[in-house]
Amino acid sequence: MATDTNTQKSPEIDAKLQLGIMLTIPFSFIGRQVIRWVNNLGAATIFLCLALIKTFRSKQLPKTVSQLFYIGAKSTAIIMLVSLFTGMVLGIQSYHALIKFGAQGAVGTLVSLSLIRELGPVLTAIMITARAGSAMTAEIGIQRISEQIDALKTMRIDPLKYLISPRVIASIISFPILTTVFDLIGIIGGYVSGVLLLGLNSGVYFHSIQANVEMKDISDGLIKAIVFAVIVSTVCCYQGYFSHLRRDSHGAKAVGFATTSAVVISCVLILVSDYVVTSFLI
Amino acid sequence: MTTPLIEFKGVTKCFGDRTVLNKVNLQIYEGQVTTIIGLSGAGKSVILKHIIGLIKPDEGTILFRGEPISGMKRAQTNSSLAEMSYMFQDNALFDSMSVYENIAFPLQETTNLKKGEIDRRVKLRLEQTELSEAANRYPSELSGGMQKRVALARALITDPRIVLFDEPTSGQDPVRKNAILSMIAQYQRKFGFTAILVSHEIPDVYFISNRILALYNKDIVFQGTPEELEKFDHPFNDEVIHSLEALQKELTGLYSKRQFKAMNQAQLSQRHLRETYSVAIFSIEELQTIINELGHDAAQGALHCLGIYIDKHFSAIGAFSTRRNSNEVVTMLPYSNLTEAVKIMDDFVQDFRTNGTTEIWSVAQKHIKAGKSVEFTVWAGLAQGQPATEIDSVIALAKSQQKEIGRLHCAAEE
Repeated sequence: MATDTNTQKSPEIDAKLQLGIMLTIPFSFIGRQVIRWVNNLGAATIFLCLALIKTFRSKQLPKTVSQLFYIGAKSTAIIMLVSLFTGMVLGIQSYHALIKFGAQGAVGTLVSLSLIRELGPVLTAIMITARAGSAMTAEIGIQRISEQIDALKTMRIDPLKYLISPRVIASIISFPILTTVFDLIGIIGGYVSGVLLLGLNSGVYFHSIQANVEMKDISDGLIKAIVFAVIVSTVCCYQGYFSHLRRDSHGAKAVGFATTSAVVISCVLILVSDYVVTSFLI
Repeated sequence: MTTPLIEFKGVTKCFGDRTVLNKVNLQIYEGQVTTIIGLSGAGKSVILKHIIGLIKPDEGTILFRGEPISGMKRAQTNSSLAEMSYMFQDNALFDSMSVYENIAFPLQETTNLKKGEIDRRVKLRLEQTELSEAANRYPSELSGGMQKRVALARALITDPRIVLFDEPTSGQDPVRKNAILSMIAQYQRKFGFTAILVSHEIPDVYFISNRILALYNKDIVFQGTPEELEKFDHPFNDEVIHSLEALQKELTGLYSKRQFKAMNQAQLSQRHLRETYSVAIFSIEELQTIINELGHDAAQGALHCLGIYIDKHFSAIGAFSTRRNSNEVVTMLPYSNLTEAVKIMDDFVQDFRTNGTTEIWSVAQKHIKAGKSVEFTVWAGLAQGQPATEIDSVIALAKSQQKEIGRLHCAAEE
């Protein structure tokens, strides 16, 4: 009799067990993803720290200058173009919004504060991610899959010192400079649309900027630029450096995926960290 | 007993579920050319990567001059690594740098030498590896052979005491393969470094190796000289050596020494003791002069050409040939006595002087540089033996009977 009862109950138990397993699948999936994410975060932090420690070793200056030229100087033109049109759009939009309240004299304030506090650092970081960050990932990734990084190790050349450190330092130097360029050209863009095209008074435009923009606004914008520089350079270099460990692909495809991931993760982290930094600074 | 330069003690390495090395024990001695042979994917490169420190063993110990690498301090590890250089299978050249920059790179980054001294050393290496004209080109603009030579030049630029060559001849044609092996042997003699090679080129690699390590079924099953390997009775011989040698026959037209001996024994075992056979030995004298004046490619090209010409001529009458060492080819004429062999040789010499010399000359002439000329001779000797006679003594007799059969003079056209 006991055996009969067991055989009758076992399908029920099995069904419950399977239901239980099915219910836990999403949680275990999320758990695994979180653990992986935390692992990557930790690894990226160590990666960054090791790269920063190696900044002041010998023979680093020429490499850093070369990266400054690539990340900084060569990005200037695109930053100027984007900032000019961003400033012009801001000028038009704020003029038409403020004129409803008769406050068109505040166009200069709105354009400059928007640019200096938010749009300057964020858009500069996104533009550099697209231009230089993706190139960093692809270049390092190709060096990884073609064993060039292993070749460096066999020559007793530290890949972190040779490849990563100059890129991180060059980013930390060039992001604030390019952000400043973005802010300045953006304000000129606002002048072009607000003053030259829509007829605002030039003196009012510049006076409102001078009266309302404080040193803290500028320094907060530059702090954000530095934070974004660290995020973008670390994410892009990390993705390229470990492209051979990707589980979703191998070889050239892995480099392609790593580049996509680097750009997406950098952009998301720029926006998330922008909120976090702003909350602390404001 | 001499302490090995590098020693593996019970080294095990797994990649995921796959065990590549299983409790491997091996010894590599200073000043020798040691070659690791085995089938593709057997884990030969993994051994090299363990030595240079790119991979760490899961179990076991690697000793460097008797000291475990894992127990060394960082400075000590760095100084031991400073003695080594690594030539990658796929070259791992820096594709954004020119040939010159690739070769200069290790010196620029790891030494405090002045620019002038670096320039002098790089130019010397470029000249030695026949790359002077490609100095400003990028790796992607070079042929596979040239890329190999750039990798070789880069590996040797720091004057290392230990050089690890991972498949240095992969993807090369037979002439180029022998040229690269000959270059490695020449540099090894010249600079006295310890060379550790991973290679498939059986038997060509035997000519330059002092020691062979055979990797089979995740373990080193043989360590010894190439001669000892020929007598080694193990499934490795059937599964690995034979398959690789069969490929070699297709490529060069000549049999390996082991195959040559086996064929010889098979032929002689069927013969009456009083019957005779003949042995011919051909050599290119002044091979070193050709290497010095025209380079390794020309020397190997000329030797390859001679080998093919001999095989083509003699195989038609049931003879078979092997390369005896870097500049000699031995041919066995199993059905000919000395009188018949002399006649066959006379025909060959006549044909060789008419056509063969032209073929070899055209190979050498391709590599001659302006203002340079080189003269070299081809020698041949014959001897007769009987089934009871040791083949080596017949070869030695043939060698002592050698006389000049052709003289070639190559000079750059004005």
